[in-house]
Amino acid sequence: MTVMTMKQKEIAALLDEPACSHNQKAKSGCARPTPGATAGGCAFDGAQIALLPIADVAHIVHGGIACAGSSWDNRGTRSSGAQLFRIGMTTDLTEQDVIMGRGEKRLFHAIKQAIDSYSPAAVFVYNSCIPAMIGDDIGAVCKEAAQRWGIPVIPVDAAGFYGSKNLGNRIAGETMVKYVCGGREPDPLPPHCQREGITVHDIALIGEYNIAGELWHVLPLLDELGLRVLCTLSGDARFHEVQTLHRSKANMMVCSKAMINVARKLREAYDTPWFEGSFYGVADVSMALREFARLLNDDHLQQRTEALIAREEAAIFQQLQPWREKLQGRKVLLYTGGVKSWSIIAALQDLGMTVVATGTKKSTEEDKARIRELMGSDALMIEDGNPRALIELVRQYQVDILIAGGRNMYTALKARIPFLDINQEREFAYAGYRGMVELARQLWLTLNSPIWSAVRQPPPWQAAQPLALQMRQQEVSP
Amino acid sequence: MSQISKRNKALTVKPLKASQGLGAALAFLGFAQAIPLFHGSQGCTAFAKVFFVRHFREPIPLQTTAMDQISTVMGAEESVVSALATICSKNRQQPPALIGIPTTGLSETQGSDVSRAIQLFRQHHPEYAATAVVTVATPDYSGSLESGFARAIEAVIQALVPAATTAGTAPGTHPRQVNVLVSATFTAGDLEALDEIIRSFALEPLFIPNISDSLDGHLDSSEFNPLSSGGTSVAALKQAGNALATLVIGASMQRCGDALKQLTGVNDYRFDHLMGLAATDALLLTLSEISGNPVPLRLERQRSQYQDALLDCHFSLGMSRIAIAAEPELLHGLAAQLLAAGAEIVAAVSPTNSPLFERCAVEAIKIGDLEDLERLAGDNAAELLISNSHAVASAEALGIPLLRAGFPQYDTLGGQQRCWIGYRGGRQTLFDLSNLLLASERGEIPPYRSIYSQKGEESSPHGQAHRHSTPFTTFTQPAGEAVDASRP
Repeated sequence: MTVMTMKQKEIAALLDEPACSHNQKAKSGCARPTPGATAGGCAFDGAQIALLPIADVAHIVHGGIACAGSSWDNRGTRSSGAQLFRIGMTTDLTEQDVIMGRGEKRLFHAIKQAIDSYSPAAVFVYNSCIPAMIGDDIGAVCKEAAQRWGIPVIPVDAAGFYGSKNLGNRIAGETMVKYVCGGREPDPLPPHCQREGITVHDIALIGEYNIAGELWHVLPLLDELGLRVLCTLSGDARFHEVQTLHRSKANMMVCSKAMINVARKLREAYDTPWFEGSFYGVADVSMALREFARLLNDDHLQQRTEALIAREEAAIFQQLQPWREKLQGRKVLLYTGGVKSWSIIAALQDLGMTVVATGTKKSTEEDKARIRELMGSDALMIEDGNPRALIELVRQYQVDILIAGGRNMYTALKARIPFLDINQEREFAYAGYRGMVELARQLWLTLNSPIWSAVRQPPPWQAAQPLALQMRQQEVSP
Repeated sequence: MSQISKRNKALTVKPLKASQGLGAALAFLGFAQAIPLFHGSQGCTAFAKVFFVRHFREPIPLQTTAMDQISTVMGAEESVVSALATICSKNRQQPPALIGIPTTGLSETQGSDVSRAIQLFRQHHPEYAATAVVTVATPDYSGSLESGFARAIEAVIQALVPAATTAGTAPGTHPRQVNVLVSATFTAGDLEALDEIIRSFALEPLFIPNISDSLDGHLDSSEFNPLSSGGTSVAALKQAGNALATLVIGASMQRCGDALKQLTGVNDYRFDHLMGLAATDALLLTLSEISGNPVPLRLERQRSQYQDALLDCHFSLGMSRIAIAAEPELLHGLAAQLLAAGAEIVAAVSPTNSPLFERCAVEAIKIGDLEDLERLAGDNAAELLISNSHAVASAEALGIPLLRAGFPQYDTLGGQQRCWIGYRGGRQTLFDLSNLLLASERGEIPPYRSIYSQKGEESSPHGQAHRHSTPFTTFTQPAGEAVDASRP
């Protein structure tokens, strides 16, 4: 008999996210996956991706080896210090554990071992399919372990079969709000951080994962403005920072749908205002900074924000000018996964490029409205981005470059189409004003590469070969 | 025979193991127009896909039965049927020749009856009769990539190689054909080299399976391929019974060899691995025997080159202290080659136990993870590590160089093209290990400046000024620490 730790009702509640405009539409954002035609990760994948960047936590995957074995140390997220998150940990269940029901016992000892060996700030225990099915009560084990060893042990109950990666993101966010957030008060502001005439405001960035360290393009700007990031969820975060999330005075939802429930719950519980924004593209970076200044209701901050924006935009305009001349008029097909389409569109338009079509599989209705605003009402939106369809669109619209997630990279390359990876495994930081220069560089690097003619060229002896030679070759080869 | 220490801790840290399902999927990808279909939640497939895409830097065809809450509770046979039908209907122009279904921890724990589901599929969809469907039980709570690969091949043989009596095949009907069962240890580069070696005896290999034809990283003329882009054809398996002989290469492939022999009656020759002089000698002797042809001069030349490399490398490899963390067969093969070159295996970790270790020359093998490896390699002062890309951080922590081998290799390019077997591949291994050891400046003596020295302050070649801070302590330092001091 199957026992699921997470109740059907709880999962349904998470899927029916009131702040998500997807749910006002007839089509649910989280339909059942189609057997034989499904791409993308499971709930466990989503939960792990959302929380793994919390760098000083021991992340234990409770399950067989497939879940952690294929996925540990596998993401582009960076930490400025603690590296514990990069150490893969799993109970690596054996057949005996499953048959004899020894999973809980192994988990309990595993938690102790992680604490003894690595002195983590906290332990997160990720549930997975096997223990969820055999009915391991990971909540009870975590509670018992926390009491016994005296450090927080948090159950993240997002087994793979509960649903999609997106559901896992939400369960992860929900878990942080429920178990971690509110655990302590923020540190008092150190005296050396006080600057004459600048009131420091506490903020949080939700759904920012510090891919390739791109948060570090943005943090200096926030520092300059006197915005203290209490916590990011979860790029370069520490456990004790997440505990102070509730004291944030303004939250930014950085990755649109992934953790929208967190922003909503924080507003309900702590009255924290939030906005949805992006750090991609000049206009959106400026917009995000303005939104903070507006929500924090500080006139002086608003003035300083405008001055900073004017300075940075002028500087980046200069720096982008040579790139803009090169990239002007090049056609892009954009098919993003988690990263917001509308934000990248604006960034590409900043570079003078033309976005001919964009993926909207994961976009909310609001996202789509923004896309129409940017690309015009006849904007081509791609709902089903199967590889074959993407290649056809590239040909049909004479697209110069495909920008998509890593999963589509080799599809593009095999079809000899210039490609830019925009997803979580990428190696380059595109956020912030400075990230735009890197984006331009990477675009040009592939667009302008001399390899394209070489990889499209058939062997010279196939093109125009004397018949006699062809026949002689056929005789030689078996 | 190695002394085995079993897993003795609750938590696996820095896992070395890759799941059985991955191995099965890899095996299926060695057949032409094939696609593996994991029977599990969509994450089982997504993780596997990322794993292989990063290793091979190739698009990897993989699908999922996408078990969710409902199918997990209510039964998932219908998911299997509908996944099979969907895959077939999406590839009408070019129907899959083979859909391989590895099960997962989820479907095994749930108790899915995949064979029954395949029966249902056959009943409801006679239009897809041309597509072979093979299932294999690969729960991730037992075995590892190597055993999953072997299990899948065994299942393919049982399902798709006809018995000699029914198919009318007879050993030797195709007097040049040899069946070659190859394990998960073989890279695309290995198989290319092996193909060349076998053909040089005027024999025609039928590789089962052949990832060097599908995952060798080549550019096809077609823009997009939803199925494997090469590999052993399912039709060719019907001819296995006509072969002159079978080579079973890889200790993990024993049961596959048994199955093939039982079905076809073709005589077989078995090899644990093909690394180093002795193993390659044995292969060539066998090929010469089977074919009746002498060993080609070119291979004799390569043998003499390997011998020469042994001479050149023995100064650096001799008594070198090597740590290996790898699947049983790879561990065994590398260890055999390196021990024969004078190296010492001071730390050996395998993700799973294997009957192979009963005839392995490594003294002690730990069943464990990379945390175990770090401890053993540190305790035993290993000078060089051989393992997969996950071990980069371990090698850094130990301050020793890493030679990448096995799955996964995601932080460098070309791992799949590397050849380890035969005289030529083996020679490259010797060179690469020697070069890594030479570059790590083992045994270099840290400079000592006499307290009476008149040389005065000057900067050293490494940019540090010599100081007289600890002049006498150098005498009392044990040799081991002196080695450490020279490491970066």
